[in-house]
Amino acid sequence: MTAGTLFGLCAAVLIGVGLYGLIVNPHPLRKILAFNVVGSGVFLLFGAIAYRGAGAGMGGDPVPQALLITGIVVAFSATALAVALLLRLFDETGSVTLSSDAPAKAGNDAGAH
Amino acid sequence: MTDVLNIGLSALILGLAVWTIVAREAYAAVVGFIAYGLLLTLVWVQLHGIDVALTEAAIGGGLTGALLIGAAARLRGSETTARTERPGTATRWLAAGVSCAVAVALAICVLALPEPAPTLAPEVLANIAVTEVGNPITAVLLAFRAMDTLLEAIVLLFALIGVWSLAPDRAWGGRPGLLQSAGPNGMLAFAARALSPIGVVTGMYVFWIGADHPGGKFQGATILAAMWLLVMMAGLADAPPISRRWLRWLLVAGPLAFIAVGVLGAITAGAFLSYPQGNAKTLILVIEFALMPTLTLVLGLMLLGAPRRGESP
Repeated sequence: MTAGTLFGLCAAVLIGVGLYGLIVNPHPLRKILAFNVVGSGVFLLFGAIAYRGAGAGMGGDPVPQALLITGIVVAFSATALAVALLLRLFDETGSVTLSSDAPAKAGNDAGAH
Repeated sequence: MTDVLNIGLSALILGLAVWTIVAREAYAAVVGFIAYGLLLTLVWVQLHGIDVALTEAAIGGGLTGALLIGAAARLRGSETTARTERPGTATRWLAAGVSCAVAVALAICVLALPEPAPTLAPEVLANIAVTEVGNPITAVLLAFRAMDTLLEAIVLLFALIGVWSLAPDRAWGGRPGLLQSAGPNGMLAFAARALSPIGVVTGMYVFWIGADHPGGKFQGATILAAMWLLVMMAGLADAPPISRRWLRWLLVAGPLAFIAVGVLGAITAGAFLSYPQGNAKTLILVIEFALMPTLTLVLGLMLLGAPRRGESP
């Protein structure tokens, strides 16, 4: 099995693992973490495809590799924004629940500002 | 030998990914995620993506890890309530089923990829001489697909504006992060003094070498941002208030210079972001040098988060 296929399969499993965590973990920070696992799985899958495109003296196809660099940076900025939203929610309401049973308190607090 | 290494790496990565999901405490999960990011860096080296490996180590593992560690520490009190909201067994089995189905579908796609694989490497090789840079990744980022990089710089800026806009009213325009008060003779202050000059030189080296070898402005800017954060954590410098005009000008300078070069291309070379014959390297350097301070500040400030205190230190 080539490195491309092996890491491609590894990436498929990573996406599955991350997706499970994203659905099952109730804490939003854990959801952000799980989403980052899904994201890195997608990047790795793309990287395995780039590796298969090796040619012209290059170890991998440089076009997808450059897009991956862009992707990793954008993923970081999205994570930073998600974390900032979460921390503000925690500062305002003292909890970070996403449960639909308890939005009343959050709603009142938001209205006061 | 390489096969054994690759299989071992895959097993470790999968194990750490599972740990990140099942760990009881968010802090432990984040620590697992950082180790996962560093091991992923080795995978990128195995896949011949040294530039991607550097980015993953600097941003995917490093900066994201530091951001999540900080968040996990602040949110520690909210974890017990979250545990009571765990979904029931039926939901968990359903989620496991869906996740397995997605993973299996993707695995089938991986095994069914076309042979020989489509590639743009020969095209890059044929046209790289025009850009006068030696690193094909840099050529793609700043010449062939410069539009992506321009939009990426703007996305980073928008994300920072989004983070800032989450400041409470009383702290708007103030300084992000907490005031650090480590002792001036402490270990952290010593590390910040001794390490930051080396880090700054390394960051500039990684930035400059990116034209011809693996490296570049994102990786270099991350190292510089890390050094800035280290100096701030040691209490040797304070974060600037976000209302400062010089700060805001530096933040938009990079994307503005990039757009200006693009408009120049539209006038002299016939298309937005195309470089006039013979001037490609100069213009690429102009963009890189303009983007470098912007990226350093954006990455550092994004990690500090929304302002939480007034302008006075």
